[in-house]
Amino acid sequence: MKVQRRTVLKGLLAASAAVAAPPFLRAQAAPFKIGLLTVKTGPLAQGGNQMEQGILTFLTEKNKTLAGRAIELIVADTGGNPAGAKTKASELIERDKVNVILGPLAAFELLAITDYVRDNATPLISIAAAEDVTQRKANPFVIRPSATSAQCCHAMGDFASKELKFKRAATISEDFAFGYEQMAGFQRVFEDNGGKVVKKLWPPFVTPDYTPYIAQISNVDCVFNGFAGSNPVKFMRAYADLGVKDKIPLLAGWTAMDDALLKSLGDEAVGVISAAWYSSEANTPSNKRFVEGMQKAYGVLPGGYSAGMYVAGQCVEAAIQILGGKADDRKALAEALHKVSLTDTPRGPVKFDQYGNVVGDVFIRKCEKKDGKLVNTVIKTYPNVSQFWSYDEKAFLGNPVYSRDYPPAKNLE
Amino acid sequence: MSARGPRFFAIGVAIAILLTLPLWIANSYYVNIASQILLWAVAALALNVLVGYGGLVSLGHAALFGAAGYTAALLLKAGHGHLVADLAAIGFTLFVSAIFAILSLRSTGIAFLMITLALGQILWGIAYRWVSLTQGDNGVNVTTRPRFFGISLATADAFYYAVLIVFALAVISMAIFVRSPFGASLRGTRDQARRMNALGYNVWLIRFLAFLFSGFWTGIAGLLFVYYNQFISPQVMALQTSAEILLMVISGGTATLLGPIAGAAIVVVMKNVASAYIERWNLVLGVIFVLIISFMPDGLIPGTARIWRSGWQTLRARAARGVRVS
Repeated sequence: MKVQRRTVLKGLLAASAAVAAPPFLRAQAAPFKIGLLTVKTGPLAQGGNQMEQGILTFLTEKNKTLAGRAIELIVADTGGNPAGAKTKASELIERDKVNVILGPLAAFELLAITDYVRDNATPLISIAAAEDVTQRKANPFVIRPSATSAQCCHAMGDFASKELKFKRAATISEDFAFGYEQMAGFQRVFEDNGGKVVKKLWPPFVTPDYTPYIAQISNVDCVFNGFAGSNPVKFMRAYADLGVKDKIPLLAGWTAMDDALLKSLGDEAVGVISAAWYSSEANTPSNKRFVEGMQKAYGVLPGGYSAGMYVAGQCVEAAIQILGGKADDRKALAEALHKVSLTDTPRGPVKFDQYGNVVGDVFIRKCEKKDGKLVNTVIKTYPNVSQFWSYDEKAFLGNPVYSRDYPPAKNLE
Repeated sequence: MSARGPRFFAIGVAIAILLTLPLWIANSYYVNIASQILLWAVAALALNVLVGYGGLVSLGHAALFGAAGYTAALLLKAGHGHLVADLAAIGFTLFVSAIFAILSLRSTGIAFLMITLALGQILWGIAYRWVSLTQGDNGVNVTTRPRFFGISLATADAFYYAVLIVFALAVISMAIFVRSPFGASLRGTRDQARRMNALGYNVWLIRFLAFLFSGFWTGIAGLLFVYYNQFISPQVMALQTSAEILLMVISGGTATLLGPIAGAAIVVVMKNVASAYIERWNLVLGVIFVLIISFMPDGLIPGTARIWRSGWQTLRARAARGVRVS
């Protein structure tokens, strides 16, 4: 505290004292404003509420003070659509003059505002997964402490081929960009390790019954699913009800087997193997505080949406610490956020690559029933996974972004 | 004659407020909200041509709105200039409107509504699924706003004035349209289609031209939208957008000039401003619509005018009878 005030004074004394005095007073009085772009209405509201709980848990733990600065949190509901995200981002930046934005949730929301936050020089910490935001459209004001769509799926492709020795796989995911990018990442690593993805299924986002899709799955060693929202619950139930689960093991991305979903799942989830960048089982001090805080305040087991925002809060704290009294300079804050390196977060060590994407651990978990409760037990940890996996960064960025058609599925039957 | 004075006065005040708005609203956020109200008002006015004056309820206008936005965004992305992109966008929207009109004007009423809905969903599907062209739900970014006579529209104020000019042109063209013989004949096809037919009017052609006129201004609104957001994705073309524009028209008052503008203001303010203070803003918006439909079934503007008139008459009647008005 004392040190910080001294550095502020030093900086200000360098300038003319007459001009410096009023801003000095203001800088001490004004809180550091965090804007949260989340979704509180519509089909994405569940994840949106978890995001809000995550950052609130962090701020409560820190007594609403980060690195000596009082924090003001402003929550904005985008409604889960790009135009809403844009309007709310402008509300946070132009009206409320926030120092940093956390969120938004969905990839299409993030893509709608990345240019805008850059033009308005406001740092943004998102958990939306759109690959290109930290790749071909990387932006000096955006960092992502969660993962790209494919970051965990690369690891799953590796685990399925090398450890589980699967040779033939089918994939199933929603028919939108997040699904395409996840499945592409899995397919790429799985096939580079000698496996074959022989079937790729894309049910629409709103599918009342998955039976016709599951009926198309046969003669494979495993099925990898990347569902999100409440769809995994519906899908897994159908998968088990149709008796396929006993014959063909089910693999999952992080949203499809998020810890926050476990309370909605039953026996149909037992045995499902998933790859995630966060595990509520993780044995770090901050994760214990986080899980405890979430249980106390909301009575829930936290998942990735909450954890992502908790980690985002830690990044903000670390960046303010780096900058000392200069944290109100948004450009400096964005640069400092890129330099953040944390050893203790709920998801393990966190640092960022030059594109602003996290380099962190990916957990392979197996869902088990312990004392009548479902838990995702970690069975392997891939440490320091980058968004480029083991591929050459230049070559990776030279290829088109992951999509339904890229990399091409050559082994479809 | 006596009603004219206050009306001109009110219009004058409204113009003065709109012209000076950025001067007394210092915060660019609220200027942006005003721009949004105006651009959605253009879309609502355009739909009102069909719904209010033609008696044709369309649920496919979001597709026309998005068609213009996508055409412009994709051409800009391909490296074309703003003028080319905008003209092509309007041209393409007119083309799509013509196809919509030819297919949907085979019927009226519910069937018309269902056909426009289906056509709208097809266009939405194309935007969503034709990923190699539209980039699917990742959307298309528009990096720059156009310049007019050397003035960049990048700032909130400049963009507001650009939207205001377009909005004014839309209102003027609507006013002329409503008063024109063509507007009268469109209302004729709404009220007495068979009689109009018997009188020798080509009912289909009148409706077709009205559809194009409506499509034209919807396309203009779509262009404003894509320049405002500098981003477009398939969600814009979804049914929800069509329904929202229709709600603006119905809640404000169909077949009026002011109604769609008031409706647009209510929806935009509730969605963007009120949602910052009220978590259940959807509910409040719903309650407002229910109240409007219950107490002013003809819409906010005609309803308010009616209540105003009757209140005024009661007051005058009382005054004439010598009753003290407290």
